[in-house]
Amino acid sequence: MNRVPILILVVLSFLCAKDYIVDQKGKTFLPAKINAKVGDRLIFKNSDSFSHNAYSDDEGNEFDIGMQSPGQDIAVELKAPATIAVECAIHPNMLLTVEVK
Amino acid sequence: MNLEKSSRALFLSIFIIVALAESVNATQDIKKWLRPENIPAPIDNKITPARVELGKFLYFDPSLSRDGTISCASCHNPLIGWSDNQPKAIGIEDREGPRNSPTVLNTAYQIRQFWDGRAKTLEEQALGPIQADVEMDMNLDILLSKLNKNIGYVALFEKAYPSEGITDTTLAKAIATFERTIVSTEAPFDKFIKGDKEVISKSAQDGFKVFTGKAHCADCHDGFNFSDGSFHNIALGGTDEGRYKIRKRAAWFHAFKTPTLRDIAKSAPYFHDGSVKTLKEATTICATGGRYPNGKNVSTFIKDRDLSEIEIDNIVEFMKTLSGKILSILVPTKFPQ
Repeated sequence: MNRVPILILVVLSFLCAKDYIVDQKGKTFLPAKINAKVGDRLIFKNSDSFSHNAYSDDEGNEFDIGMQSPGQDIAVELKAPATIAVECAIHPNMLLTVEVK
Repeated sequence: MNLEKSSRALFLSIFIIVALAESVNATQDIKKWLRPENIPAPIDNKITPARVELGKFLYFDPSLSRDGTISCASCHNPLIGWSDNQPKAIGIEDREGPRNSPTVLNTAYQIRQFWDGRAKTLEEQALGPIQADVEMDMNLDILLSKLNKNIGYVALFEKAYPSEGITDTTLAKAIATFERTIVSTEAPFDKFIKGDKEVISKSAQDGFKVFTGKAHCADCHDGFNFSDGSFHNIALGGTDEGRYKIRKRAAWFHAFKTPTLRDIAKSAPYFHDGSVKTLKEATTICATGGRYPNGKNVSTFIKDRDLSEIEIDNIVEFMKTLSGKILSILVPTKFPQ
């Protein structure tokens, strides 16, 4: 019985999960900073005319979207509360910070 | 009649707006090619004359190598485009390194150092070649002990980094500071981009257009330093895994850093393996999809751009306009004792 409120919270959390668009444009992540919460998704877009990538090595939120062609959309779910750094493996000048709560 | 006047006014307004927009775009386009006025430096290692002087002595001093025969300048020679004109770096006892010596020019503006980007800063990079067995092969503890017994260096370190002593940290900081001051001087291209259209040939001007347009060279060789610091597998083949050696990330398989093109005509041979002797051959390889276009993880930036021989020659002529005068520095012949 005690688990019911927790279950409700989890379900509500997923129902309220939000998508954040991250565009890769002019060799920059736009926006460069995002405040999100666990369960939210980052939707990576590529508005440049060449390939990009996005990855994070931060524990709990590790991901690597691989080569992303222009026009392609790739979603990544945020799994753990942390401040994570996202880079493009091709263009190390590109940095995105995501505050996950 | 009124309708005709209104139409003319509308047409004129649109014309002015388009002209203004084009002017703004042109200014932005030019701005990215201009040499910056300042050299960036970390907060805890600002550039000072004392640090540059110390770093210069260390950079040129062969006593930093195990057998006292080579210095940083042996592979990164100011007279040879801050490189060495060798396919691969040659260390003490003629030991051959695995890669071509990259130029030190404009490394202050890079956010990753070495061909594979394994160091994030010049301070992180500085001690690597000193200790590498195929380069200077020097034990760091022995070197620090030696420097701490050298009255001349003790005084120079104290002046540059008061009360910090001679440590691996201050040694790296001093060398990094000197390296940071090695920046490109004004080249004919810099005068051209600021408006002097006569200073470079028509062929070079055409080459710049192809470079930034049809050939897509500027997709990677971008900005004033003609490198955006990106990592690519340009399909040269070979066994060197490049950035993939640091971490097995798929995008890094056989990937190497995009080199600067500043002073590029001075620092042949080219590419990480030093396998190409001329700029024409290097341009042809990049613009035709590489040597092994069907290899694993070949960069999507490397494609056959269908260039004519004249277009390739023009790109080469343009790249030659990126060479400035040799940076004016007094090379030490005597070292602290």
